[in-house]
Amino acid sequence: MRVMAQMAMVMNLDKCIGCHTCSVTCKQAWTNRAGTEYVWFNNVETRPGQGYPRTYEDQERWKGGWELNRRGRLKLKGGGRLKKLATIFSNPIMPSLKDYYEPWTYDYATLTDAPAQEHTPVARPKSLISGKDMKIEWSANWDDNLGGSAATAANDPVLRKISDTVKFEFEQTFMFYLPRICEHCLNPSCAASCPSGAIYKRAEDGIVLVDQDRCRGWRMCVSGCPYKKVYFNHRTGKAEKCTFCFPRIEVGLPTVCSETCVGRLRYIGLVLYDADRVLEAASTPDDHDLYEAQRSVFLDPSDPAVVREAERAGIPRDWVEAAQRSPIHALINRYKVALPLHPEYRTMPMVWYIPPLSPVVDVVRDTGEDAEDERNLFAAIEALRIPIEYLAELFTAGDVAPVDAVLRRLAAMRSYMRDLNLGREPDGSIPAAVGMSEEEMYDMYRLLALAKYDERY
Amino acid sequence: MSEALVRSRRFFTRAEVSDDLRSLHRTGGRGADDFYRDRWSHDKVVRSTHGVNCTGSCSWKVYVKDGIITWETQQTDYPSVGPDKPEYEPRGCPRGAAFSWYTYSPTRVRYPYVRGVLLQMYREAKSQHDGDPVKAWAHVVDNPLRAKAYKSARGKGGLVRASWDEATEMVAAAYVHTIRKWGPDRVAGFSPIPAMSMVSHASGARFTSLVGGTMLSFYDWYADLPVASPQVFGDQTDVPESGDWWDAGYLIMWGSNLPVTRTPDAHWMAEARYRGQKVVAVAPDYADNVKFADEWLPARPGTDGALAMAMGHVILREFFVDRPTPYFTDYTKRYTDLPYLVVLDDLGGGTYRPGKFLTAADLPTHRNAENAHFKTVVMDTRTDEPVVPNGSLGHRFGETGVGRWNLDLEDVDPKLSLADTSWDSVLVRLPRFDTPDGAAQDLSRGVPVRRVGQHLVTTVYDLMLAQYGVGRPGLPGEWPASYDDAAAPYTPAWQEQVTGVPAAAAARIAREFARNAEESRGRSMIVMGAGTNHWFHSDTIYRGFLALTTLTGCQGVNGGGWAHYVGQEKCRPITGWAQLAFGLDWTRPPRQMIQTAYWYLHTDQYRYDHFGADTLSARTGQGRFGGRTTADLIAQSARMGWMPSYPTFDRNPHDLADEAAAAGRPVAEHVVAQLKSGDLRFACEDPDSPENFPRILAIWRANLLGSSAKGNEYFLKHLLGADSSLRASEAPEGSRPRDVTWHDEAPEGKLDLLLSLDFRQTSTTIFSDVVLPAATWYEKHDLNTTDMHPFVHSFNPAIAPPWQTRTDWDAWQTIATKFSELAAEHLGTRTDVVAVPLLHDTPDAMANPHGVVRDWKAGECEPVPGVTMPKLVAVERDYAAVGAKMQALGPLMEKLGTTTKGVTYDVNASVDYLRAKNGAVRGGPADGRPSLKRDVHACEAILALSGTTNGHLATQGFKTLEKRTGTLLHDLAAEHEGKQITFADTQAAPTPVITSPEWSGSETGGRRYSPFTINVERLKPWHTLTGRQHFYLDHDWMAELGENLPVYRPPLNMGALFAEPSLGDVGELGVTVRYLTPHNKWSIHSEYQDNLFMLSLSRGGQTIWMSDKDAAKVGVEDNDWVEAVNRNGVVVARAVVSHRMPEGTVYMHHAQDRLIDVPIAETSKKRGGIHNSLTRLLVKPSHLIGGYAQLSFAFNYLGPTGNQRDEVTVIRKRSQEVTY
Repeated sequence: MRVMAQMAMVMNLDKCIGCHTCSVTCKQAWTNRAGTEYVWFNNVETRPGQGYPRTYEDQERWKGGWELNRRGRLKLKGGGRLKKLATIFSNPIMPSLKDYYEPWTYDYATLTDAPAQEHTPVARPKSLISGKDMKIEWSANWDDNLGGSAATAANDPVLRKISDTVKFEFEQTFMFYLPRICEHCLNPSCAASCPSGAIYKRAEDGIVLVDQDRCRGWRMCVSGCPYKKVYFNHRTGKAEKCTFCFPRIEVGLPTVCSETCVGRLRYIGLVLYDADRVLEAASTPDDHDLYEAQRSVFLDPSDPAVVREAERAGIPRDWVEAAQRSPIHALINRYKVALPLHPEYRTMPMVWYIPPLSPVVDVVRDTGEDAEDERNLFAAIEALRIPIEYLAELFTAGDVAPVDAVLRRLAAMRSYMRDLNLGREPDGSIPAAVGMSEEEMYDMYRLLALAKYDERY
Repeated sequence: MSEALVRSRRFFTRAEVSDDLRSLHRTGGRGADDFYRDRWSHDKVVRSTHGVNCTGSCSWKVYVKDGIITWETQQTDYPSVGPDKPEYEPRGCPRGAAFSWYTYSPTRVRYPYVRGVLLQMYREAKSQHDGDPVKAWAHVVDNPLRAKAYKSARGKGGLVRASWDEATEMVAAAYVHTIRKWGPDRVAGFSPIPAMSMVSHASGARFTSLVGGTMLSFYDWYADLPVASPQVFGDQTDVPESGDWWDAGYLIMWGSNLPVTRTPDAHWMAEARYRGQKVVAVAPDYADNVKFADEWLPARPGTDGALAMAMGHVILREFFVDRPTPYFTDYTKRYTDLPYLVVLDDLGGGTYRPGKFLTAADLPTHRNAENAHFKTVVMDTRTDEPVVPNGSLGHRFGETGVGRWNLDLEDVDPKLSLADTSWDSVLVRLPRFDTPDGAAQDLSRGVPVRRVGQHLVTTVYDLMLAQYGVGRPGLPGEWPASYDDAAAPYTPAWQEQVTGVPAAAAARIAREFARNAEESRGRSMIVMGAGTNHWFHSDTIYRGFLALTTLTGCQGVNGGGWAHYVGQEKCRPITGWAQLAFGLDWTRPPRQMIQTAYWYLHTDQYRYDHFGADTLSARTGQGRFGGRTTADLIAQSARMGWMPSYPTFDRNPHDLADEAAAAGRPVAEHVVAQLKSGDLRFACEDPDSPENFPRILAIWRANLLGSSAKGNEYFLKHLLGADSSLRASEAPEGSRPRDVTWHDEAPEGKLDLLLSLDFRQTSTTIFSDVVLPAATWYEKHDLNTTDMHPFVHSFNPAIAPPWQTRTDWDAWQTIATKFSELAAEHLGTRTDVVAVPLLHDTPDAMANPHGVVRDWKAGECEPVPGVTMPKLVAVERDYAAVGAKMQALGPLMEKLGTTTKGVTYDVNASVDYLRAKNGAVRGGPADGRPSLKRDVHACEAILALSGTTNGHLATQGFKTLEKRTGTLLHDLAAEHEGKQITFADTQAAPTPVITSPEWSGSETGGRRYSPFTINVERLKPWHTLTGRQHFYLDHDWMAELGENLPVYRPPLNMGALFAEPSLGDVGELGVTVRYLTPHNKWSIHSEYQDNLFMLSLSRGGQTIWMSDKDAAKVGVEDNDWVEAVNRNGVVVARAVVSHRMPEGTVYMHHAQDRLIDVPIAETSKKRGGIHNSLTRLLVKPSHLIGGYAQLSFAFNYLGPTGNQRDEVTVIRKRSQEVTY
């Protein structure tokens, strides 16, 4: 056992209102400068939708992340180091500016400076790349709230995977939001792709950073990252990425995106894991087993043996305590409601998600049954507006069982708490039905619903 | 080789490379990270917020490095709401997070600007007139050619820089000249929503009020005022803070898209679900909030009232008639007008019509009691006799009401229905409007009756059951056979045809809502918003909603009731703000105008109404509106003193005062005599005559022409004289007003000066004659509150106002000082005559017994000021002293005190405190008065003069109120009696306010704010006729419209009214669709829509959302350029095509302004318009009622709404080659 500490995040998508405050505060703080106009360390995607850059999840096209070779060994999907070196001057699988978007501004000054003229002055869009007039045709958030769904949503790589034909019809509309930052993976393929050794994982907290002095701008990291969360600064010629706000983390402040999240859905905490077992877990043969495999790498911070090993590894006591209090540990391993994003990329991502429980009782309604009844809530899980297969393609490599289990827990919590809310006798059979005690369910409710500042971070 | 390269890292880096070369860990040696560390560093963090009309009221940290604002993040230091609840932290949204972009952006207004052609003429004129600015201004504006030259150039570029001195001198000269020539009421000011920055609002409002100008209302103008609130509650609006959503067991979001429009609060809803709250969304599209809802009821746009009525039908049937629910019965008897007796008027032929409330004046034993016409009557179960309970309007005023204005029923048990002892029944005719075109029809249903004296009476409850179609055995009439009876209003099946919501779903949601309320004792809540409140008939929609929350005992209960969030209406320290804003410390009364009627007349939109006011009448009405238009009703309302009207008379009020003085009689007497003789007329009776034009409009903290001006093209044409794309035709002869004078040629360019103060360029600034550069919200001191949370917090300057910008407080002081300099010579001291309408919360509300219309002009009564016409108050104005008065708190504070909602406060102690705190002014007209020179002084004054922020005043106010109610109240504020919130407190952290009689809810003991909890728990009456919440309104005009009771009225039929094509028509010009303008995700009204961050996250310019089905009909694909055209104007935008939109409806999100990426329109060959280029004003007559109980005027409390939802447009694909 080699204990290491990892700073990690969980986002509760069930609470995400899609407001993009995280994107704006992050951009203002970090990428509001020349060379990174198009860069959003934090972005929010409407699902179904293409994402940013568009269709980044289509690894058959973009070749990001890892895969197993014939011998069952982990290899970069984009090819080994030799291939990288061969293509170092013309990386063929880079998203182009068109796949991100051509950033623009407007000639605002004309509003003030326009001479007397025939028409009302207007500010026209100008490319921030070429400086020329342009028609705006794509952005980092073009398909926000299903905008242009008819034209674009069918290209959602996740949607294309699920066998159900999802009809884009008014009555069957569904959507949810997926905020994304760098995953600060335990097994980062960006780092492994870098010919310069410029990408590293901080030993004390696992934050993945690009050494700005060492980066040579080969952009292999951009291709290697399946989440497309490493960006190329076209001014400096270097790669840049989300830093997990390390200058804030180091002084005890949460990341900008977390602290400014008005949905109060982001949790940050330390996780202890066994570094010796990462490779093995990432090499798990069946994609469906990757979620459990990654969970198994995490160590129980209250286990005396782990505490002992942590001490030996030089992890300070307050860090161990932080891991014990960590909401991340609780959400991933105690309540088991958080899931990794695309575990099949085998990077062992460390930003996890609680899937959204979104409108659940439509079908029950049609049967005329009591929609409040907890048994019906469970029945409704199978009839979510959001196809459960869609969520499974995001979080469990297509295995619906773990997603189903999470949604049942959330539904059970609502049902259990309703009795308490209305002053009725609580029904212990509800938490029992999802494998929880009443106390556990109440504690989970506190963490998810009250979500006090001190407990989120 | 590459392997070797990687392996080499082990030797050349201070990092640990894993054995499999897969990962690289590094400790220490991180000089390369410095860039990010440096970027995060800053010199200071300053608390401020955003003075924008979004209700957010979020406290922010503004970061400053090297004297430059870098960015902002949310504060998280709100006081806790308790260990068992979520918190208010963090509050903010992406719009607010992008604000600092404005500070240094190229759209920032850095210097004063004047329209070039005007400035040139002014300079020339000044040199011709010996440097006299006032003569120079007159020289320009009084010459038609010169005036046209600069007015027709409005909006076409050509702004030039000027100095503050020159620009404000010209502005001051314009005010002096206008007041002298036309009168002070020809000057108007517009700045909305004081809560979002009270001092900044008060700056120009104080100047406007002190010079006798007119402040324009905003809440009704924005259509954010739910007129149902004064109608039902006798209150402007009072709603729960968002933290109280947590307390609800059942939450319906009805036309309110919380994630978009209540971004910082939406988490309460998301989190309350985890506590077992059931959440329902009613929205025509798959809106952002639908994602959270357990059920989605996609009611067709504008049909929400039908769904609400059907839910009411189910609740009345199941929870009142079939199984009377004790909680509901008890609540409605005590807190609503349901048991009150209504007289039935005999129509002959065995049918009746609901008439007036029975009052004490109808009872022999009470006939001579004080205010007998305003004491309403119930039937007592024990004695089976009529009794007069405490708490009605008649008890609120007068000697005998002392100690009796309360809801204590003592030992009276009012009967809800007369059906228990009397099976006598008669048929009443009830209105219905549920045909697709909204045409009036009626039906007859029976009610049980009793005879009291010569009157046949029934109860409001019995009328409600009849109206809702809830039959009882033995009653005659047309009743629905069952819920499945689709022909009879208001069954679930009936509503399904109207709304598209399945009947079973409507019934079940109603049942669940009521059952939850029964079990939780009132914790069912409806969050309602602009989606349902911006319709022409929104008052009826809302009365349908309020019936649901009131019948089920949810009002005045934490976690229950209505939660109307449209407009930041709650300026918590309201009393202090009002004194400053309206100059009440120096001069009373101020002029305050209903803005909708103002623009309806002054932008000549009334000329384009082709239909009579009786188009809206019910068949059960008496033909009161016959032969007249809406403009005629506005004039009638004004002359009867119901609603204010400025400019008031067709003569300068100074001249009227001089004439009276010359004739040696009081001004009021003179005016009445002149009116009676016909020598003097109300200005609104001839709005197109030059002496009645509005001449100056000052706009600050607002973007009228880019945001709220419904009928934008009418504004451009008639008010400004600029180019417009107006395509409508004027009313032909025969359809024109009867009493209002018609001019063959409609004037263009009525306004002489459009002045705006802003920090960015907007549609308003580019059409302005003078633009003054304003400080932003990060560059000044101010105060901020909201209805969404209970805290008051502050603005603070992160940097000093850059370039030549100034704070609003500073700018208006500058203007006032210049004005006084010029006024000393040109105006001096004059007497003004202010016409004041009959006011709410005063004995004026008893001017019209039974709400009977009495028009002196029609010979129905004598014109008696303050009774049958406005009060006429002579006011002395020392114009040369205005500058000094701006800067000091005046002596009327001690002399008259302050009054809010009928409670008068003694503020002597506060004035002494302020003199000590702010220092005193030395010398001049304000010698010795507390200083208001600095914005911080104004903040302190607002805090010291309000009960919510000064515990002494809150306690004092409750003690005053206790004398009238005879119930215990002052303990509510006692816990904070010694607390004085200072500006420094608000700088340190958001500070909770104190429970005060200024509002209806209690926060005592740290509970969440919910309105009317004081009424319910302390038996304090509502400010209505009965003192209870009203289902029934007995005013003549309400009867005329068929709106005595909640009723369903469909959206206006624009085909019938204006010959627009029918919805769904597809032709050469495109497809005809309903045109809605909901709030935008990427802006707060027009604020932020031009912000580069918001544009980058959206589509980067004006868009219209449409369904894939409608798009297919006209060959439109996503991001295509389209044109939307109707009689009001033309819009060019790009289409966003999405299946989440319902067929037949498009959304053009509100206030995208016209400055960003708007090409030339093919249709008009002019710059494409804004969202309001396709809308116009339509005034509902019932909103003009005044002088009667809760239907009496107060500023922003009652007035016609500037609604815009009922509009339709034709939309088509246009050439994809666009030019600018």
